[in-house]
Amino acid sequence: MSNSFRTTNSTGLINKDKKIYFTFNGTIYHGYEGDTLASALIANGVHLVGRSFKYHRPRGFLGVGVEEPNAMVQLHDGNKSEPNIIATEVELVEGLKAKSQNCWPSVQFDIGEINNVLNRFFPAGFYYKTFMWPKSFWMKIYEPFIRKAAGMGKAPLLPDPDRYEHNYEHCDVLVVGSGPSGLASALAAAKNGARVILAEDKPNFGGSLLTDEVTIGNMSGKEWASDTISQLKSMPNVILKKRSQVFGYYDHNMTVMIERVSDHIENPSKYTPRQRLHYIRAGEVIVSTGSIERPISFGNNDRPGIVLASAAKEYMKVYETLVGKKPIIFTNNDTAYSTALEFIKNNIEPIIVDTRDSSNGELVKEVQQKGISIKFNSGIADTKGHLKINSAIIGKLDSSKESFISEETVECDCICMSGGWTPTVHLSSQAGNKLKFNDDIDAFVPDKKRQKETAIGAANGSFTLNQSLAEGFQVGFDLSNKFTDQNNPTNSPNSNEPSYEKHEKLWCMPLPSGKKPKRFIDFQNDVAVSDVELAIREGFRSIEHVKRYTTLGMAGDQGKTSNLNGLQYVSKIEKKIVPEVGHTTFRPPYTPVTIGAIVGREVGNHYLPTRKSPIHTWHEENNAVFVAAGLWQRPRYYPRGSEDMNSAVNREAANVRKNVGICDVTTLGKIDIKGPDAPEFLNRVYTNAWLKLPVGKARYGVMLREDGMVFDDGTTSRLSENHFHMTTTTAQAANVLSHLEYYLQVVWPDLDVNVLSTTEQWSGIAVAGPKSRDLLSKLFPDVDMSNESLPFMGLVDSSIDGIKARIYRISFSGELAYEVNVESNYGLYTWKKIMEVGQSFDIQPYGTEALSTLRIEMGHVAGAELDGRTIPFDVGLNSMVSQKKDFIGKRSLSKDAFTESDRQTIVGLVPLDKKTKIPEGSHIIEDNSAVAPIPKLGHVSSSCWSVEYNNPFSIAIIKDGKNKIGKNLYAVSPLKDISIPVEVVSSHYVDPEGSRVRS
Amino acid sequence: MLEIKCPYCGKRSQNEFSYGGDATIKRPQLGEEISTEDWDNFVYYRDNPRGKHSELWHHVSGCRQWFKVSRDTATHEIFDTCKMNEDFNV
Repeated sequence: MSNSFRTTNSTGLINKDKKIYFTFNGTIYHGYEGDTLASALIANGVHLVGRSFKYHRPRGFLGVGVEEPNAMVQLHDGNKSEPNIIATEVELVEGLKAKSQNCWPSVQFDIGEINNVLNRFFPAGFYYKTFMWPKSFWMKIYEPFIRKAAGMGKAPLLPDPDRYEHNYEHCDVLVVGSGPSGLASALAAAKNGARVILAEDKPNFGGSLLTDEVTIGNMSGKEWASDTISQLKSMPNVILKKRSQVFGYYDHNMTVMIERVSDHIENPSKYTPRQRLHYIRAGEVIVSTGSIERPISFGNNDRPGIVLASAAKEYMKVYETLVGKKPIIFTNNDTAYSTALEFIKNNIEPIIVDTRDSSNGELVKEVQQKGISIKFNSGIADTKGHLKINSAIIGKLDSSKESFISEETVECDCICMSGGWTPTVHLSSQAGNKLKFNDDIDAFVPDKKRQKETAIGAANGSFTLNQSLAEGFQVGFDLSNKFTDQNNPTNSPNSNEPSYEKHEKLWCMPLPSGKKPKRFIDFQNDVAVSDVELAIREGFRSIEHVKRYTTLGMAGDQGKTSNLNGLQYVSKIEKKIVPEVGHTTFRPPYTPVTIGAIVGREVGNHYLPTRKSPIHTWHEENNAVFVAAGLWQRPRYYPRGSEDMNSAVNREAANVRKNVGICDVTTLGKIDIKGPDAPEFLNRVYTNAWLKLPVGKARYGVMLREDGMVFDDGTTSRLSENHFHMTTTTAQAANVLSHLEYYLQVVWPDLDVNVLSTTEQWSGIAVAGPKSRDLLSKLFPDVDMSNESLPFMGLVDSSIDGIKARIYRISFSGELAYEVNVESNYGLYTWKKIMEVGQSFDIQPYGTEALSTLRIEMGHVAGAELDGRTIPFDVGLNSMVSQKKDFIGKRSLSKDAFTESDRQTIVGLVPLDKKTKIPEGSHIIEDNSAVAPIPKLGHVSSSCWSVEYNNPFSIAIIKDGKNKIGKNLYAVSPLKDISIPVEVVSSHYVDPEGSRVRS
Repeated sequence: MLEIKCPYCGKRSQNEFSYGGDATIKRPQLGEEISTEDWDNFVYYRDNPRGKHSELWHHVSGCRQWFKVSRDTATHEIFDTCKMNEDFNV
């Protein structure tokens, strides 16, 4: 059967000198360069490509492009495996592997076909009716069954090895579709000087000009298309994109286009992306997306070998392939006669069945002149042939066309049907265009636009070539004139095409006598005429409800061939006109899009930016285990030898309490604040007083949101009269900056203050522990480090090896501690210097875990306590709240709920056995033996192993906390199924007087 | 994705901006005596109109300026944008 369905002519776009071998369902075939998987299979006589979604009926090709609802295949295998690929859109490439979907054990013999025999048990709404009861069956029986039966192909389980890219484009005019109107508008717009992008889904530009026998000027349609493309190619203001589908139209004229960059190339270079997603912001979008032929519903109209007439023509003209050798043409209009003529050209005599009483169209006459008789006033009632059509039952229609008078069986190997044409309005509709029904063509066309989008040509319902070209040149010029001042119109050339008579308003054939075969409307979703009837019989009236109940027009297909036939049938049963029925919503994407293309390069480490401190390399070299803190990578701990995390953390924390530790605090947010009103601004932002902070001093500050919840905390220092250095927590750095900018720009623009993030300009190094003073004195011999000269919350400028350094005496660990700030570029050097000099003081680096341990046992609050649900009172910061001045959020603090004395407040917890660590998030309850629901007193926010007392310690926020100190309660974690008896203690577990930081 | 005209930088894609809510909300004066109801209206209660809405946007990945946008919440049409100390033209 090797390519026995090829035509003998070579007027198409395939290259018969280059064979391409491929595999389908394990059999090796060959096609030619320029073939699609679909055309190559058809050329080899293969029509059976898959099984239908619900009934597992044998299915073949219906179309030739994006409209194909049936021929979805699984491509490739292993990590390149890809499901649900439309075979008509796959260009043949050497070694391509494809297989059928939704069938087992094979597409020829599929067990699931039992569904077809049992089809009367699977009506519309079957799932809703059947899987309701008994309720207990859902999780164990129904759900796994449906899951197994659902879907078509199989998603690959391995990571996608291919590369995808994103591209952002801007243009004056985007033209979607390169048929006659698209080419005309692109040419007119480009000649008038506009920046134009022309997008074509197929591998060849030209659209219908590649298949229609027309002349434009003194050229054939095909020649004019190629001439126009060469003109456009030579213009620097034009971008031509083929294999590129504009699939989505979003707000503010943002369209998204997928370009198949290397799918058709045998061995693409390593860095060539497989596909590229283009975000195109266009000044104006011209929708010249053409139209799609409508099928006709008749008995068993879904057998392999039943195709759209236009598809049959394109297979012959472009791919030199015959869909069959004994064709029946079945139509309600004139255009299908061009397919008949193409068969005749290939010495094949088609049988023509026309529902109309007669037609005087030019093509009809031409066919008749060739001696072909036409069965007018007839329709196809039913078909036969299990895996491929072998005969049709042709019936003579009665005068009402509601039933057949007589029926005859005719042998055939294909049926080419045409129910007229549907403008492709998907993009216009996505853009918000309110469509209107055009009674002449029995279809919806764009009408009231919401965005800068203009439909032309067949997409606009203009089905003649003259009209399409005229609209194209006119609209291309008009729209481009908005962007250029050249005022240079291009005239539309004369064109010639056959004239057409009107179609008949008949899209659903009567049933054959005595039988009730399925007459499909939506092939992809297996929706037949009887399903639509049932939905309406059961009371679904809105077309949107009928759509969801029957699944008509859903999923990847988006009703490309089925939408109008469905609407038309509903309107017929309901005895309403179509515009009253309305239409369903067209949603992006117009065609399925690879998830990889949507993700682009944002995979793995590129998913988010990574922020590293200037000291990062030292941490890496010294065995740090890192933890993500927002985008930052911070050392969590530095294990030595075979140490586990707990022992490493305890060692690091204990060393801070005993000797001296060093911690990279570069990630803390830093904001430079300048201006004469800076003190006043801080006074409004923070809850405590700032006007009288002396120059050269730091102060701890707490800021609230307007709702009274603690927003952030940190120390801020006064560097000079009008110059402050604010620090924020790592997590809130960006939010605090936006917050400050909001108040300065929006609320109090009269304040003369500027704020600027300096987080990345400073590298911060905390040096903490009883030996820190001695170490710093050695590092900075010029600075008097005595308590009198540099007291707690003091700061001093100095230098180390000529590097400017600012030393703050601040402490998060509760120990005598300093923070050395240097310019970021010197961070690593300074750190190394401190480590070197610190050796004689037994210095050790400590990570975020030890940092937490130290602050928890001191009772210092952090993110876990400042979780957006606590006011200063709750977390022991009431002394920070000024009674004398107003500040952001102050008014909220006097609200009733915020002044209740038994609010949940911060306490410490120690397990009674002094051994069991309390999981963070545990609930605190009073009575362990109470029956659920047990009243919850609060929760554990932070837990650590206290290195000071060598037992577990936690911070909790519990109801009426202060009055619970000394009591025994329970910490329960239902997740871990444990209940721990605990004693409530002060949250300031170590050094409650704070004497160490001031020592 | 919306295209927003920052009054300082020009047209940019939405992903450079963050939304800042109703631009007509006025914060009570500092130290002002205010009823709980009025305060709650300021802190919590916002209209959710369908149609024209004056709102704040912050050019976070740009000039870091807050500014005003007049936008249709149903169609996303942007009628005008202006600096904080200016009024919309339309």
